Amino acid sequence: MSVESREARQPWILLSPALTAIILLLFVPLGFIVVYSFWLRTATGADQAGFFLDNWQEALTDSFYRDILLNTLKIAGITTIVCALMGYPAAYFIARSRGNKAILLLLLMLPFWISYIIRTMSWINILGVSGALNSVLIGVGIIDEPIQMLYNETTVILGLVHFLLPFMILNVFVSLDGIDETLEDAANSLGATRWQAFTEVTLPLSLPGLAAGGLLCFVLGAGTYITPLVLGGPTDAMFANLVFEAIITQLNWPLGSALSLMLLAVLGALVLIYNRYLGMAQLMKGLG
Amino acid sequence: MGWQLIRFWTLLVYLFMFLPVAVVVLLSFNASQFGSFPMTGFSIRWFVELAQNEAILRAFRTSMILGALTALISTTLGVLASLALVRYRVPGSNLISTLLIAPILVPEVVLAVALLLFLNFMSINKSFALLLFGHVIFTLPFVVLVVQARLVAIRRDIEEAALSLGASPVQTFFEVTLPLMLPAVLAGGLFAFTISFDDITGTLFWKPGGVETVPTQIFAMLRNSISPEINALGTVMIVLTVGLPLLGAAIARQLARKSGG
Repeated sequence: MSVESREARQPWILLSPALTAIILLLFVPLGFIVVYSFWLRTATGADQAGFFLDNWQEALTDSFYRDILLNTLKIAGITTIVCALMGYPAAYFIARSRGNKAILLLLLMLPFWISYIIRTMSWINILGVSGALNSVLIGVGIIDEPIQMLYNETTVILGLVHFLLPFMILNVFVSLDGIDETLEDAANSLGATRWQAFTEVTLPLSLPGLAAGGLLCFVLGAGTYITPLVLGGPTDAMFANLVFEAIITQLNWPLGSALSLMLLAVLGALVLIYNRYLGMAQLMKGLG
Repeated sequence: MGWQLIRFWTLLVYLFMFLPVAVVVLLSFNASQFGSFPMTGFSIRWFVELAQNEAILRAFRTSMILGALTALISTTLGVLASLALVRYRVPGSNLISTLLIAPILVPEVVLAVALLLFLNFMSINKSFALLLFGHVIFTLPFVVLVVQARLVAIRRDIEEAALSLGASPVQTFFEVTLPLMLPAVLAGGLFAFTISFDDITGTLFWKPGGVETVPTQIFAMLRNSISPEINALGTVMIVLTVGLPLLGAAIARQLARKSGG
């Protein structure tokens, strides 16, 4: 064997275990649930192979699923906007601060290491009937009886914002940090006010980071079912809860497949649109 | 003035991120029967009870073993793939990179459903093996991203020097490349371990009945209101998942200093 052909084969030998795993454990299973979504769950509980459109008809025409899908997108949208409003100024502060940048960044990484379920349930300690806020309010004398503040749509959004905010801050920070600070000074010296310099120079240059953070917040937020289970009430189910219900509780796997694919189609479309206009590189900067 | 406002806003944002978590830690030392305010005194009794709770200990063992195996497999696959992408000119490397990170571009719920249904079809039922497959595929992209970012920083000419001085490619890999890569490998492994240790979204789909990991155990305990034990368990997890990476980073820095990097 020539040296060249060995050189050419080596990377494929190194890549093959990872690529095989991803093809066998991701792409083939995804293809499989496309097929499975056309099968039918029969009254006996067995799945009948074939080409039935029943699941898709139910998933696409039943207003129950459509309403929850729209509500899920609404919740993810509000979460993303709140994350952007809260996160942008913080990211700006970190990017422009002098002395304590390193410690602020380290602190920003910590939430990524703290379990999602713990961060989610931590709000029960704050807002629950015997939580911190109720004891403060009673202690100060504003209320006499504890109020139930948990288990509604607002607390679901709160939990999601708490979970996703670090993703937003980090992505905006990465793009703000890459902007030459002297650009703002230049704008100032040319007569722009500080606000003008920000809105016309810095803000547009940081939009890719804001978009990357927004995409992550939206997609991760719209795909969750744990937060509504922990912090939501009985009527606050999101679309992923329907998937969980169909697969784990009702064991209706063909319908669950169709619902999963619907979620994938909606969120995948967003990722593709993002990729078309901004590319994946920005997203990877924030993750890596 | 604007700057002061931004500084204050940032302070509030950080408080928002950390206050609830700090309250978990605080309440885990509460002497009171109920996992709530008011604090009635300092106590470590909930940690003692935790250590005697058979179900929690079992969940801990499961999470540890699952995390360690996930880290081992995921890091091996990820390091090999990263080496190929950083060290060789591979045709279609953009497509390959996208394929390698595909598992995080797909919503985790969808990945969980697809893997569960497909492997069940292949006669692999809900089991530890299914959990392991799931965790490996889900952590692999993160390992690839972290390891690749650090591999780029290793200078190629050190290896070339070894080769030109007569070392074989295998010798060069084990005596030059691998020691230089060690911080990247450790970082990737730790990352995979913590992601696996924290995962609940996929785990709830894949775990067999009766088997719990620490997050699913916490989730199950939450069904009957919040107890001081949950807060104590939360505190232990925070110490583990925050302390371990910090320790890892310190060790990596030490190693880097020793090897003159």
